[in-house]
Amino acid sequence: MAMHHSDNDMHQNGEIPKAQTKAIWKTFFILVGITALEFVFAFFMEPSTTRNVIFIVLTLFKAFYIVAEFMHLKHETKALIWTIIIPMALIVWLMVALISEGSYYYESVTNYFN
Amino acid sequence: MSTSTTLEKPNTGTWDGGNEPLKASYGKLMMWFFLLSDAFTFGSFLIVYGLSRHKHLPYTGDAETFTFSTQWWPIPEKVYNSFPGFHGVDLPLAFVALMTMILILSSVTMVLAVEAGHRMDKNDVQKWLLWTILFGATFLGCQAWEWSHFITGTEQGMLLADGTQIFGANLTVNQYGPPLFADLFFFITGFHGTHVLSGVVLLIMIFINTVNGVYHKRGHYEMVEKVGLYWHFVDLVWVFVFTFFYLI
Repeated sequence: MAMHHSDNDMHQNGEIPKAQTKAIWKTFFILVGITALEFVFAFFMEPSTTRNVIFIVLTLFKAFYIVAEFMHLKHETKALIWTIIIPMALIVWLMVALISEGSYYYESVTNYFN
Repeated sequence: MSTSTTLEKPNTGTWDGGNEPLKASYGKLMMWFFLLSDAFTFGSFLIVYGLSRHKHLPYTGDAETFTFSTQWWPIPEKVYNSFPGFHGVDLPLAFVALMTMILILSSVTMVLAVEAGHRMDKNDVQKWLLWTILFGATFLGCQAWEWSHFITGTEQGMLLADGTQIFGANLTVNQYGPPLFADLFFFITGFHGTHVLSGVVLLIMIFINTVNGVYHKRGHYEMVEKVGLYWHFVDLVWVFVFTFFYLI
């Protein structure tokens, strides 16, 4: 370890700047807070479509903070941000298509074949 | 070494490869595109989960009297309600809450490592990478426990119509609900777990390189940033798996 240190110091030009971790910990507490909120809804609210919508919205909030702050996408160029976000429309398309397909399948099986 | 091919000074013109598209380095850009493709894979998995859930009967009765049946999709709180060391105690979603916390914490220590890399602070990079490896490995251990519990099953098991009783789950039989439920559990959490495992391997590799001073000699810690991007993605996927598998 000691040998590494001296090797280190040779390459170092000047002092190491102080760590800037305020924004990181802020994001962490936001993520923990949203997760705690999700558990509050899971335990104190009856399962319903409204509850599912709340869960999905909260999940999207968490996803935003992870991608924007931790993955630093918010601070990249506009073109890179859109390059990543626009293809996600394909996922939304697939989701709408397959979930309505599932509901249709269920409906036809229960209504016509039972 | 031949010097005839060495350039006197680096090319800077647009058509000489002198600038970076989207102002991001090659490695980071490719990591982003890989993660985009990976997001499609995970997205498809979760969408198939939604599809099969919608085509099965939902449980409409009272949650208190819920029993496992192949007739309806199970309530997640009734499936994931155990905690290591608390046998027979009903602790809905407690263990998965712990796993979520561990993964969020590992994401934070990863950002701290990246931040330390920007400051060329080798000791801090080492420290935070080590924490990230620790949290990642802990998460994997938790998942191994979760899987073995899921496979072994509960003491009550499930009583089938023909009188046989089944315990636990594999790819064809499942005490918690329709067999497809267990299949999707194994595939989605398994695929995510494989990603975490690869992430831990990558982290160990960059940790060794950091200790050996490879990045310090190179003059930047970009490799830590790239592995960091991957690691945050794994955390991001867990956020979605958590919602769609355990909450909804």
